[in-house]
Amino acid sequence: MTSSGKALSEKLPEFSGGINWFKYASPQTFYPLAGRLIPLFGWPALVLTVVGLYISFFVAPTDATQGESYRIIFIHVPAAWMSMVIYLAMAFWCAVGLIFNTRLSFMMSQALAPTGAIWTFVALWTGALWGKPTWGAWWVWDARLTSELILLFLYLGYMALVAAIDDPRRADRAGAVVALVGAINVPIIYFSVTWWNTLHQGASVSVTSAPKMASIMLTGMLIMALAAWAYSVSVVLVRVRAIMLERERNSDWVADRVAQLVESHR
Amino acid sequence: MKPRHKRMLLIGGGVAALALSATLVLSAFQKNLVFFFSPSQIVNNEAPQNRTFRIGGLVEAGSVRREADGLTTSFVVTDTANRIPVSYKGALPDLFKEGKGVVSQGKLGADGVFVASEVLAKHDENYMPPEAAHALEQAQKAQKTVVQK
Repeated sequence: MTSSGKALSEKLPEFSGGINWFKYASPQTFYPLAGRLIPLFGWPALVLTVVGLYISFFVAPTDATQGESYRIIFIHVPAAWMSMVIYLAMAFWCAVGLIFNTRLSFMMSQALAPTGAIWTFVALWTGALWGKPTWGAWWVWDARLTSELILLFLYLGYMALVAAIDDPRRADRAGAVVALVGAINVPIIYFSVTWWNTLHQGASVSVTSAPKMASIMLTGMLIMALAAWAYSVSVVLVRVRAIMLERERNSDWVADRVAQLVESHR
Repeated sequence: MKPRHKRMLLIGGGVAALALSATLVLSAFQKNLVFFFSPSQIVNNEAPQNRTFRIGGLVEAGSVRREADGLTTSFVVTDTANRIPVSYKGALPDLFKEGKGVVSQGKLGADGVFVASEVLAKHDENYMPPEAAHALEQAQKAQKTVVQK
C-alpha cells in the first residue's frame, strides 16, 4: 500500500523545498494529526468564549448612543468575519484541489461549508435583532445586507450541489467551481460600506486606521473573534475526520483503524 | 508546461475574468446599488423624479418640530452643503436625534418638502462609553468658544 502523499511529493520535488509538505495531503496521515489538533483548538475555544462573554456582558461599558443593544457586536462582528474568512478558505482549498488533484483539499472545503453557513446565519440573525431597535427595521435591502445574504445562499448552494452528485470526484469539481465563482462576493461584502451609500455603518476596526471603539469594547470583541476562530478550526477538523472515514471507507487504512479500535475495546 | 501549471493558469485566469466582469457589472449598476441619496445629489437632480427614493444625511440641529396633531414630525436633512426639509407622520426610531444620521424613504413634493413614509436611524461606526462621549462633547464646546473668541 503506497501513501498518495508520498507519491505526490515525489512527483513535485520543486514544491517540497526539503520539507515534505505533501506528507499530510493524504487522509491516512492527516487523520491522526487532525485528531491531535482538535483539543489544541477546542479547549482554547471554550476558555476564550467564557472570558470573552464575561468581558462583553460585565466589564465593557454601555455605549453612549445605542445603550445596551450595542453588545450584539461581540457576537455579530466575529460571526460576520468568520463567514467571510471561511468562504475564502473554502475557495482556497477548492483551488488547491483542482490544481494538485488532492482529494483531501476537497474534503477540507466540504468540512468548512456548514460552519461558514452557520456563522453567516448568526451574523444575519443578530444583525436583524440589532437593526430593529437601532435603525427601526429588521431588514433593509442595502448593499452590505444583501451581499451577506447572497453569501448564505452560496454556502447552501455549494452544500446542496455537492450532496446532489453521487460520484464524489464529480461532486468535488462541480462544488469547487461554485466556491471559486462565489469568492468574488467576499470583497464585495467587505467593501460594500465604502463603495456605496448603505444603512449599515462603516468598519469600526480595520487594518489601515485606528479602531473607532473604546479599548475595553475592542478587547472583548477581539477575544470573541479568537474564540470564533478556535471553535471553527476544531469543529472543522472533527467534521473533516468524519468525511475522511466516510469517503475512504473501502480503503485499507480505515479498515486498519477500525480493527485497532475493535481490538482496544475487547 | 505541466498539466497542473495549466490548471493553475486556467483557474487564475478564470477568477481574474470573473472579477473583471463583476467590477464592470457593479459599476454599471452603481446608481441602483445606492441605498440613499444625499441632499446635494437631490439638489443636483441626481435623485429619481416622481418615484419614491431614500434620502440620507444628518438631522440638522434645532430643526426637529412636532406638529399640532402630535403625530407628524418635520425636520431638515443636511449633508452640511445642502438642506432638504422632511415631513413624516409616525413613530420615530429610538436613535433618531438631532445631529445624528438618518435615512428616510418617501417622495419629493413639488413644494420641495420630502414626504417620508419611513424613517430609519443610521448609526456611525464609533462605539464609546457615555463618559467618553460627554468628555468629547465638552472638548468640542471648549474648542468652539476658543474659535469664537
